[in-house]
Amino acid sequence: MPEYFHSVRLDAERCKGCVTCIRRCPTEAIRIRGGKARIIESRCIDCGECIRRCPNHAKRAVTDNFIDLKRYKYNIALPAPTLYAQFSPDIGVNKILCGLIKIGFDAVYEVACGAEVVSAAVREYLAQNEYKRPLISSACPAVVKLIQVKFPELIEHLVPIDAPVEVTAKMARTASRSEHNLTDAEIGIWFITPCPAKMTEVRQPLGSDKSAVTGTIAITEIYGSLLKAIGVSSDNEVCSQASIEGLGWAIAGGETGAAAIKRSIVVHEIHSVNEILEQITLGKLSDIDYIEALACAGGCIGGPLTVENRFIAENNMRKRLEKMGSERGKIRLPVDSSKLLAQVKREFEPRSSFRLDEDIVKAMKKIELMQETMHKLPGLDCGSCGSPNCQALAEDIVQGGASETDCVFKLRERVRDLAKEMIDLAEKVPQSMPKYDPERDGGDGI
Amino acid sequence: MNSRQVINLEFQLKSGDFEFAGEASSQIKRIVQQIGVKPEIARRIAICAYEAEMNVIIHSQGGIIRVEILPEQTDLYVEDRGPGIDDVNLAMQEGYSTAPDHIRNMGFGAGMGLPNMARCSDEFTITSEVVVGTKIHMTIRHI
Repeated sequence: MPEYFHSVRLDAERCKGCVTCIRRCPTEAIRIRGGKARIIESRCIDCGECIRRCPNHAKRAVTDNFIDLKRYKYNIALPAPTLYAQFSPDIGVNKILCGLIKIGFDAVYEVACGAEVVSAAVREYLAQNEYKRPLISSACPAVVKLIQVKFPELIEHLVPIDAPVEVTAKMARTASRSEHNLTDAEIGIWFITPCPAKMTEVRQPLGSDKSAVTGTIAITEIYGSLLKAIGVSSDNEVCSQASIEGLGWAIAGGETGAAAIKRSIVVHEIHSVNEILEQITLGKLSDIDYIEALACAGGCIGGPLTVENRFIAENNMRKRLEKMGSERGKIRLPVDSSKLLAQVKREFEPRSSFRLDEDIVKAMKKIELMQETMHKLPGLDCGSCGSPNCQALAEDIVQGGASETDCVFKLRERVRDLAKEMIDLAEKVPQSMPKYDPERDGGDGI
Repeated sequence: MNSRQVINLEFQLKSGDFEFAGEASSQIKRIVQQIGVKPEIARRIAICAYEAEMNVIIHSQGGIIRVEILPEQTDLYVEDRGPGIDDVNLAMQEGYSTAPDHIRNMGFGAGMGLPNMARCSDEFTITSEVVVGTKIHMTIRHI
């Protein structure tokens, strides 16, 4: 297995080498090389921003396929609350969940239930009052990775509690092992997700050794067959358990709402998250208890692997929550949240990839060289060189991955100088040739 | 060590120029991260620079931050023009502030600037002369 696994991939055939993605990437993880986008694996945080921005649909997220279910005897679906928002609120949650059974899953455990457990655990963690303010939610894997890659100094602010999907997967695994007498190898647990970063997290867990989830299936992948199944499913088995608190996690603000945190900031959309993290780094926001940070605009509901338009989905979800009112579902397998706190301690490693050299003196020389290079570049940040901006090009030049003439302006300058020199040379006449005489020779003398 | 490697940076600061507030500290932080200074130390450098930057923008008539990065430490030299600080000891107390209301309303001027700088740096010296201006020197060691 390579050092880094990523869900976000490039479809080289479709990539035209335009510079849209490189300029939007929050960690400057993409370069254009040889006319195609190339992802720098160590910097990619799987936020899916490039998938969203690419005008040619050349970026996609690799998730598992429905066919992979065949490898397991007993398959469990873990639908993200965002799945419900893809459908009209008139279609009840239970009907959607029964639809999942209809298309081939043996059981359904709602991630919203795990979200409720996590909310309770976060409340307790805050009450203990032994944490670094502000605490930053670790539920969004793209945000966790943004911190590992770009803000390693904020790692100790991350909540050391499992994300809802992991909690749900553990509950589902324990329950089906005992209820159906199954071994771990016989159980397939599938996260139905709007999120490419979750796919990566299942393969390469953040802050723990192994994920309890077997694989991830994109909402987009399952939507068609689920829609058909919902139309004909009988809805007699009761699968729906979660309350509005858990469901609310789909939308930005739902997490802090469910945990009833007063002094909190909700920030969504990866560049806005980046700005808030920058503020925390500068020592601000220490009067805030909790930051709910989500990579996608609007929260998970705006994930790249969704079908429904984010604003329509939000409307669907709000109406659904209103309909459910304040009736509280019961968590199918009550998990003691303090036990969860005691057991699960996620530890996050820094993954900083911005260091120029292992040797500090060499790194400093590179900075000097970069600054000299920067002075020569036009500062337009056009991206035509294949690097996201002039500063990044200067860094790429110093690191040997690019040259000054990759800059179209520098190239033009060089061509102009060369042309000038050619004209100068053309005007020089060897001593053995007669000097140019316009009356005799005509023309322009060259 | 034969030839000592050093990076010098300089940032001019204008009074009341909130649009560019934080620019200098962001750049300084990026560079110290790129040369491999430990994350928590890079953060302390950024906080010192940021607080200094804000102080000059809020209180003075303008000034300058000079940064000298050596392999083993970063030095920040901050110099501003007028009004200076009447009683430096008082200004060093947490919560003491002379910031006017409109600045406090923006969330600044909580009287934590100077104490924060002192807390985040390994060496901190301040000299001030009323009407002339204030000079601060901070050293943050990388190890």
